[in-house]
Parts: sequence; C-alpha cells; structure tokens
Amino acid sequence: MTDTAGGLGDTLSFAAGGGIPEGILEEAAYEAHRLAATTLPDDVKQAFVGMRDKETEELPKRVLEAIVDNFHAAEDDQRPVCADVGVPRIYAVIGNETAIAGGFVSFERAVRRATARITHDLALRSNRCHPITRKNPGNNVGVFAPNIEYRVEPDADYIEICAVHKGGAFGTDFRMLVDGDGLPGIRKAVLDAIAEFGRRGLTCPPVVIGVGLGGTKDQSFSIAKQAAQLRPIGDRHPDPDVAELEDELLEMANSLGIGAMGYVGTAGYATDVHVEIAYSHSALTPMGIHQLCQATRRGVVRVYMDGRTETRPMPSWFSEYSRRLGVE
Amino acid sequence: MATHRLSIPLKEEDVRALRIGDIVYLDGKVHTGRAQVYEHVLHGQNKPPIDLATESNVQMHGAPAAVQDGPGEYRLSSIQATASFRYWKYVPDYIERFGIRAIIGKGGMDKWVYEDVFAKTGTVFLTTVGYGIAALYGRAVKRVIDVYWGEELGLPEAMWLLDVENFGPFIVDGDVTGASLAAQHVDAVNENFAREYAKMPEYVLKRIGEIDHTLANEVIVGKPAGDKD
Repeated sequence: MTDTAGGLGDTLSFAAGGGIPEGILEEAAYEAHRLAATTLPDDVKQAFVGMRDKETEELPKRVLEAIVDNFHAAEDDQRPVCADVGVPRIYAVIGNETAIAGGFVSFERAVRRATARITHDLALRSNRCHPITRKNPGNNVGVFAPNIEYRVEPDADYIEICAVHKGGAFGTDFRMLVDGDGLPGIRKAVLDAIAEFGRRGLTCPPVVIGVGLGGTKDQSFSIAKQAAQLRPIGDRHPDPDVAELEDELLEMANSLGIGAMGYVGTAGYATDVHVEIAYSHSALTPMGIHQLCQATRRGVVRVYMDGRTETRPMPSWFSEYSRRLGVE
Repeated sequence: MATHRLSIPLKEEDVRALRIGDIVYLDGKVHTGRAQVYEHVLHGQNKPPIDLATESNVQMHGAPAAVQDGPGEYRLSSIQATASFRYWKYVPDYIERFGIRAIIGKGGMDKWVYEDVFAKTGTVFLTTVGYGIAALYGRAVKRVIDVYWGEELGLPEAMWLLDVENFGPFIVDGDVTGASLAAQHVDAVNENFAREYAKMPEYVLKRIGEIDHTLANEVIVGKPAGDKD
C-alpha cells in the first residue's frame, strides 16, 4: 500500500472533491488494523532478534526464539501475532490543512466499518462486549468502541491513522505522587509495577515500559500508554531531564535478572522505557505506568490531500508541536 | 528439558512422568474454558457436552482468535492462553470431576494447587511459550470440531473443542511432585528486587496511605482457609 495513488485513478488531489473521501479513509484504517494485527514494526522485530542473540540463559533464549519464529509465522500466514487483540483502538493525527469530504463524522464511520471488517476478515477475537450484560456484538465495535484519540499537527495536509492492538490486563498502574517523592518515588512505582506482574511474566516480557508523569490524573495515564505504544524503541525524549530518567529506569528494569516470560535471564526485561510529561499541579505528580507486551502491535497509514496513501514505520503522534511549551 | 509428544487423551503414567521444564507437544482434542465455562459447568449444573475424561482431558485457558462464518462454521486464526492464576477457585473441582490431566495456561498457578491437587489427581500445568506465540499455535489447529454455549456465553467465553496436531511447544510449569517452574524463577530474582528496594529512601518505601510492599512473598492467590466455595 506504499505510495499508491489512493485508488482514484488520475485524480491527484482530494481538494477538488472537498477533502479525503470516506472510502479512502476506510481502506486506510483497514490497512492500519491489518498491519497492527499481523506485522510487528521493524524496530520491535530488531529489538527481539537482538535480545535473542544476546540471551545466555537457555529457557528465555528458547522463548525469544519462539517469539521471533512467531512474528515470521504471523506475517507469512497473515494471522494475528497474538490471539488477544485487546480492544482495538485508533490514534489519529489530523493535519491542520487537511479536509475530509464528509467531515469527521465520515472519518469516524470509516474507522468503525474498518474495525468490523478486519475483525471478520482476519478472524480477530471479538473482545468488545457490554461491561455488565457481557453481550458481544462480535465485531469489536460498540459504545465508545473503537476509541479514537485525536491530535492536530500544524502545516500538515494529511490524516494519519495508527491502529493499536494490545491485550491483557497486567502491568498497568497509577499512583498519585506528592511533591516530596521526587525521583525515588518514580523509581519505586516502576519497580513495584515490575514486581507485581513482571516477575511471573504476566506482562509478557520483553516489554516497553511507558511512564506518564504529570498533567491531570487521566492525562497521566493516557500519555503513559502513548509513550509505550507510539514511540520507537531507542527513542529518547527531547527534554534531557526526561531522557536521563528514561535511561535510568531502563537500567533499573534490566538489572533485575528477569528475562523473556519472566524467567531468569540476562538479555533484559524491557526493550525500552519511554517517559512522557505533562505540566502538573505543583504539589502533585500523577503517574501512570503502562507495560506494553512483546506483541507490540501498531500499524500506521497516512493519507495525503494530494491523493497519496502510504504506510509509515512509526506514528508521528509525538512532535515538537504536540509537546510545545509556550503561550503562543 | 526432555521433549515429549503425547496423544490426547493423556495417560496418567505419561503425565506423572513429566517434570517442570520439560517441553510438550500434543495431538488430539483440546477444549477451552475461562470463568464463564467454569461457572456454567460447576455452578450452573450444565454438563460438559462430551465425556472429557476419555475424549479431551486437556483444557486450555482462553479462547482462540476466531469468527463464525455460518451455522457450525468457524474460522480460527491464532490461539494462546490467558492468565490462569485467577481460575484457582474452579480448577481443583473441575479437574477432579472431569478427569483432566493437563491444563494449558499462562503464568502457572499458585504452588499449592500443584502440591495439594495436581499431585493427587495426576495433572500437570503446561504453560504456553512467550505468552503469545499465537500464530505458531494457530498453525497447529487442524479444525474447530465444535463450539459449545457460544450463543449464551459469547464466542470469547464459550467452550471450543479443537482438533490439534503437534500443538506446542508448551513448558511444564507444574508437575505431580508439586514443583513450580515459575515460582522457582520468582524466588531466584527476589534478591535483585530486595537490592533495588534497599537503595530507596525510607520516605518512598513507606508513603502515607499506601500498603507496605515488603515483597517477602509473591502474592498470586492465597490458599483458601476453609472449605472450597
């Protein structure tokens, strides 16, 4: 799907038609879901191959070999990498210069249809159900589902759709740190999270640990998830204080002797730690922790106003603009 | 780490010979279940649709990634197990009543389940590898034989009966001696956690309003004090 003309023949631009048509957006969302379900991103694959080669303990080494074999099998057969699709969700980056032919209602309809179609076509598990009656529509679509989060990017003429599939219940936590807790309080919260569900491997390690610091309580958790899911392995926050914390927490996570699946290992527990910050109440630091499992699934497709559609290795969720500081 | 390829129904002597760390591949009929299947069978007075002891004495915790294309027609893509520790209140009763010889699950179960129950019944816990090598496991499912209670419970909670061939690898996590592989590995890394906690100042170890995490023990589920519920 890379660099195609968007399926509209000679039409080079969507501007004349009032914006990007719904059908194109539906195909883009479908493709983002397909990639998320079946194809691990290159940075993740490389990290696991590196860990497999580095691991010296027999048991976690065999586990890492199986993890590598599995992502090849998923891609070759077009099967879900993990049977637990979680609750499929969408992160959308909307360029400020982008128009959608049917407006945002059209975009959201496209996403819902694509989610139902991919659930059927790839035989994804239909996890989404009514939380009380447990009634399951069988297509991963329902009330507030799939959830779509939006971010705006200036001077951009595209809409970027990132699908994330993440299963499991383990390894997430929230803590309201107080002003005196400082960096030791942050380290302790991360260590507690690993102790709780990392030791027995219930977080499905190797994981990416996302930490959200500051903002409002709910915001701290949202940015923790985004930090884990929407940044490439090896990426560092542009704020040097945050980047230093990322290095320090990664070092701690990998000093515990836990390897793949929680077994005693030498190659490490985490492939990376990503910390995002939001400006906080001066007395408090709400802190979210999100440990992203080895089935690190995201798929990114961008549709431009000039008619191009392309798959991207990484979402552009975090940008200089999204992390801006001043009053403007 | 011996490797075994076993046919279902599993024989008691074969199961009793397995030890933690062994690798197992399976052929035959595997059935699935999670909380709602257990509730349905153990508390809802619904009988399993087949004789599990003689036909499918291996239960997998979880449900496949699969959809229904038509009446009785299912298309399965991938499969793996869900975390098993939370089924402690059902598993002992279920395996005793229906002659289950192996549970395929995730993360093992608390050691007392192996010591008190598996040792007596002749059952092992087989953990899936990697926690999500679901595409490889999906390849080993030859067909969906049937899905029971799909309408009432929904497909992710129903009992799936699967015909599998060379289904694996699984690692023996709990054996009839009561040994637990996961518990051994947890014990082995606990000193590393203790070392990290020891570096932390007292004011973050004992924060107001918080539970004191001493980490002396791994808490999964406590052994029930009295009778089973």
